[in-house]
Amino acid sequence: MLQLFLKNGLVAKTTMTKEKREIIIFLIFTLAVLITPFFLRGSYFLNVLVFIGINTMLAVALNLLLGYAGQISLGHAAFFGLGAYVSGVLTTRFGLDPWLALVIAAAVSGVLAFIIGFPILKLKGHYLAMATLGFGIIMFIIFNETVAVTGGPSGLSGIPNIQISSLIFDNDWSNYYLIWTITLLVMLLSINLSQSRIGRALRAIADSEVAARVMGVNARLLKVQIFTVSAVISAMAGSLYAHTMTFISPASFGFNFSIELVTMVIIGGLGSIYGSFLGAAILTILPEFLRILQDFDIIVYGLMLIIMTMYLPGGLISGLEQIAGFIGSKIKSRGGSHA
Amino acid sequence: MLRLDGITKIFGGLTALEAVSLEVKKGSITGVIGPNGAGKTTLFNIVTGLYTQTSGEVYLAEKNISRLATESLAALGLVRTFQNVELFGQMTVLENVMVGLHTKSRSGVISCAFKLPRQIKEEKYIKEKALNWLEFTGLTAEAGNTANNLPFGKGRLLEIARTMAAEPQLILMDEPAAGLNDMETAQMAGLIYKIWESGITVVLVEHNMDLVMDICDSIIVLNLGKKLAEGTPREIQENPAVIAAYLGEG
Ligand SMILES: Nc1ncnc2c1ncn2[C@@H]1O[C@H](COP(=O)(O)OP(=O)(O)OP(=O)(O)O)[C@@H](O)[C@H]1O
Ligand SMILES: [Mg+2]
Repeated sequence: MLQLFLKNGLVAKTTMTKEKREIIIFLIFTLAVLITPFFLRGSYFLNVLVFIGINTMLAVALNLLLGYAGQISLGHAAFFGLGAYVSGVLTTRFGLDPWLALVIAAAVSGVLAFIIGFPILKLKGHYLAMATLGFGIIMFIIFNETVAVTGGPSGLSGIPNIQISSLIFDNDWSNYYLIWTITLLVMLLSINLSQSRIGRALRAIADSEVAARVMGVNARLLKVQIFTVSAVISAMAGSLYAHTMTFISPASFGFNFSIELVTMVIIGGLGSIYGSFLGAAILTILPEFLRILQDFDIIVYGLMLIIMTMYLPGGLISGLEQIAGFIGSKIKSRGGSHA
Repeated sequence: MLRLDGITKIFGGLTALEAVSLEVKKGSITGVIGPNGAGKTTLFNIVTGLYTQTSGEVYLAEKNISRLATESLAALGLVRTFQNVELFGQMTVLENVMVGLHTKSRSGVISCAFKLPRQIKEEKYIKEKALNWLEFTGLTAEAGNTANNLPFGKGRLLEIARTMAAEPQLILMDEPAAGLNDMETAQMAGLIYKIWESGITVVLVEHNMDLVMDICDSIIVLNLGKKLAEGTPREIQENPAVIAAYLGEG
């Protein structure tokens, strides 16, 4: 995988246009995702990869807001939770089809984000951080306290699996392909968006909101729109999480997870979709190794964030690109001296 | 083209502008000069909707734009540059200019995410046009560089390329030659002249008197928030009140 990536990076610099390179990287990534299960033994790793898929969707969603538009959210776990609970409640209590529940969950989350987005995204910097933090806490309290609907702290169980005619997504293999198909789709659409006039307008807002507005970018509306898109993706991830786990409880959707999401985006690389995958993968795998530390694992995340912002502000993905560029130039210069 | 009617701006206790009325003729290069703190930038900020005036009205081609949001002005043909160059620093030079074409394109979130055919066509158009504007400003070689890495003089050029991409009727330039060396200043004067030649009305705030006297056909002098004088470069140079204001300051 890495070798292909490097080789591709090398070719790209000399002969390929940026768009072609993007397509090829995405195809290689897709291929890697599709064949990986065949090299794994046992369901444990497959299960971890399912979680990485879900977390990748969430990190990509947050990255659109944080990495592109430059707007922080410390309450994104709430949209994830809202998606999970709307889907969970509609299927267990009202017998809705999981697919329909997923669509409704995404819509509910999107409408809520659109409504609260207007007042909240007027705020900047620390104030925005505080407001989104508050939103996350309020939603967490609702998940916890509306026991009659959500089951409260003891959770909601018996959520049905997703089904396509006779195919039920109830084992690790089928879940893997279900989750990753949608994750890849989310990644592809986000890459497209990031390379369009909308993506440029978002980055322009992050760099100089005043100049962006002078050039005709409706910064306020665009921020709300991307906040809504982000909430819709997060709720879809929540719905898929609920239907693959079949059990949800408020603990998964609290403040800690919101912080983990921010950590994924920053460690992977702000404004990089593949970076979000990297960040999600690392923060999904790492806890398995950090179990011995128990609750102190948050300290490790904190340290990682500090080291990252100090020495590699572009995230791990920029580090990888630097290494690839370095090796690429080495190979090239050696090739040159032989010729 | 642009008419200000009794613009007053009060910041707390400080009156930055007091009943300023002025008119910029279509197809002119109008200079706005005045000592530091005269209120020149404040005037631009009010015209472009970044500040709200305490009283007074602003008209763009007879349309009252006093209460319009900043982001709606580019589509009406009004753009500006900034005294402290405001680039999109993390983006490439080409991308900066592509943002300038925001009002010349309309694909929304959905068509961009799904790369609908119309969006692909539009994207091609945006890139082509942006490259033209880079050529116009002599920045073609910098297209792929990150804007933050540009030398200061080229940053000023990029800001102009970006505003030109919006195909405006009227450009407000806030000290386009500040911080430039003599050669760069001469280049800038040439560029401003070229822009004016293409039929765009230019309003220029500038401290470099040679530049102002050279290319402006009409000059407005602000002092302590009030309009002190207006006229041709020659009239201004000979105006005793203007001379007094500048000597008093110096
Ligand atoms: N946002 C603000 N809040 C308070 N005072 C302000 C603000 N903006 C400008 N001022 C004040 O208004 C007055 C005019 O400032 P302005 O920036 O318009 O001057 P200027 O003519 O552009 O000067 P310079 O040539 O130094 O750029 C100054 O006294 C300044 O301190
Ligand atoms: Mg000024």
